[in-house]
Amino acid sequence: MTCTLADAVGSIFWRLDFAPLLAAVLAGALCGLLSGVLVLRRSAMLGDAISHAVLPGLVIAFLLTGTRSVGPMLIGAALAGVLAVGMIEALRRLARVEAGAATGVVFSVFFALGVVLINAYADAIDLDPGCVLYGSLEGLRWPGLNSPSDLLNIETLTNTPRPIATLAATLAVTLVLFAGGFKLLRLWCFDAGLMASLGLRPGLVGGVVIALVAAATVASFEAVGSILVVALLACPGAAARHLTDRFGTHLLLSTLLAVLAAVAGYTLAVWGPGLFGHPHAVSAPGMIAVCSGVILLVCVLGRMVRKKLLALSQRHFA
Amino acid sequence: MNQHSTNTDPPLLVRDMTVAYDKRPVLWDIDYASPPITRGHGSLTAIVGPNGAGKSTFIKACLGLLPVATGNVRFFGQPLAKARALVGYVPQRESVDWDFPVSVLDVVAMGRYRTLGWLSPVTRAAKAQALDALAHVGIDNLAHRQIGQLSGGQQQRVFIARALAQQARLYFMDEPFAGVDAATEQAIIAVLRSLRDQGVTVLVVHHDLQTVPTYFDHALLLNTRLIATGTIADAFTPTNLQRTYGGRLTLLEQASTALAQNIGPAGVRGQA
Repeated sequence: MTCTLADAVGSIFWRLDFAPLLAAVLAGALCGLLSGVLVLRRSAMLGDAISHAVLPGLVIAFLLTGTRSVGPMLIGAALAGVLAVGMIEALRRLARVEAGAATGVVFSVFFALGVVLINAYADAIDLDPGCVLYGSLEGLRWPGLNSPSDLLNIETLTNTPRPIATLAATLAVTLVLFAGGFKLLRLWCFDAGLMASLGLRPGLVGGVVIALVAAATVASFEAVGSILVVALLACPGAAARHLTDRFGTHLLLSTLLAVLAAVAGYTLAVWGPGLFGHPHAVSAPGMIAVCSGVILLVCVLGRMVRKKLLALSQRHFA
Repeated sequence: MNQHSTNTDPPLLVRDMTVAYDKRPVLWDIDYASPPITRGHGSLTAIVGPNGAGKSTFIKACLGLLPVATGNVRFFGQPLAKARALVGYVPQRESVDWDFPVSVLDVVAMGRYRTLGWLSPVTRAAKAQALDALAHVGIDNLAHRQIGQLSGGQQQRVFIARALAQQARLYFMDEPFAGVDAATEQAIIAVLRSLRDQGVTVLVVHHDLQTVPTYFDHALLLNTRLIATGTIADAFTPTNLQRTYGGRLTLLEQASTALAQNIGPAGVRGQA
């Protein structure tokens, strides 16, 4: 009897939870990896800015094509991103506004424009503001997937939900680029001035990273929503910063912490309320964002406590 | 040495360089030729001038890190694009984040990245060269520390070692003596002298006017315009210092005391 119960639970997991969990893990790994780089460049706000600024591009691309497929979305996002970067530069030069302030102004205007557009055309299009902001992770289904063995089935694989396929492809491209250009990435993060003097084109590396952040935003927003993207582009890198003094380990930890936040957040959101007798699950992307914040807090506090203990023990032995 | 360079081409030749921030000139019409390499010996040139005189700007403009309004720069007779491998750079220590998660050896190996190319990982040979460079500045025992665990002087030695690993023929160094301990100062000056004796040209932004005549054989006095350049005896004179610094008397007094003490040996070295 236990066997059949386990089977039943397993079947529910594969039918209802596997796809959203996989999407959350992929989005976590992708944003966490980029977060590691952005934090070391001291431009975690850049991820914030880009992920906000691409929103009107996404909406306009959707309005024009009526589809949520990747191509038009990516083009729309890229155009909005380029326009935003251009406006930031123009503000900085023509109006002599400081770079941080110019970034803040432009990305909040772009984001607001995106939200207005969504609300204005909410009747005409199948793209509601809640979905863009918070994603629709729990609604993600993988047709034909009932057990792990189905993952080996070609037909099931061709039915891979679009957000998962997009996330997996973006993650693969990011991993290949980061692995190939590992030492350049480290040099770019540490000392772009030296990189330029060596003739190694820091601008090119910077452009690729910005493009990857934009792509990660586009790939993630449908499943997990743009708010979670912002959290995942900042928290994991900042947390990993407290745990290691090697660049490769930092990127790895940043990725793993984001995955941990994704798994813990999803699990807590789906099964957590039930444990306390609440019938409804809470928003999974929201819980994942909370978890990534908690992980950051634990890492910061952990480092402070460790330093304190170290100082105490040194005083003791001195 | 680069096969295209001839004896007549100075290591660094700057013509007509003007650099402006926001239409305000920071460097105005600089014409400069670094001392030629004579009998296998390079030169040590101090770049001096008051704060805001454009010293760092001069270095960055030569390296193509800042856009120039006018002018051109030649290294050993060639434009920068063809001479990158011959030119090394030591930025100011404050220009990077010393809490960055990277080891001393990794930072020094960055000097080899140009030779390694875009996609090659850091090879064992590159690491060996980096370790060798660290030994030259006397901190090879710290190779596996994280850079934040070093003292200010040790951090500066890491930057010097990274430049040595580039194996360039001309170096720009931006205030390598700023905020370092006496032992580091001696270690760095020993490295600079051995570079000069191997035919390398080194230009150093230097703030301590007192030590200019002891450490350097040439000087470049800068205050937006090029005030004077030449051997210490010819260029580092009270009149030129007065023109460079204006009426800052305490500084000038320090400098003239230094001159009185050191003009003899410095003058001889300058003509050697």
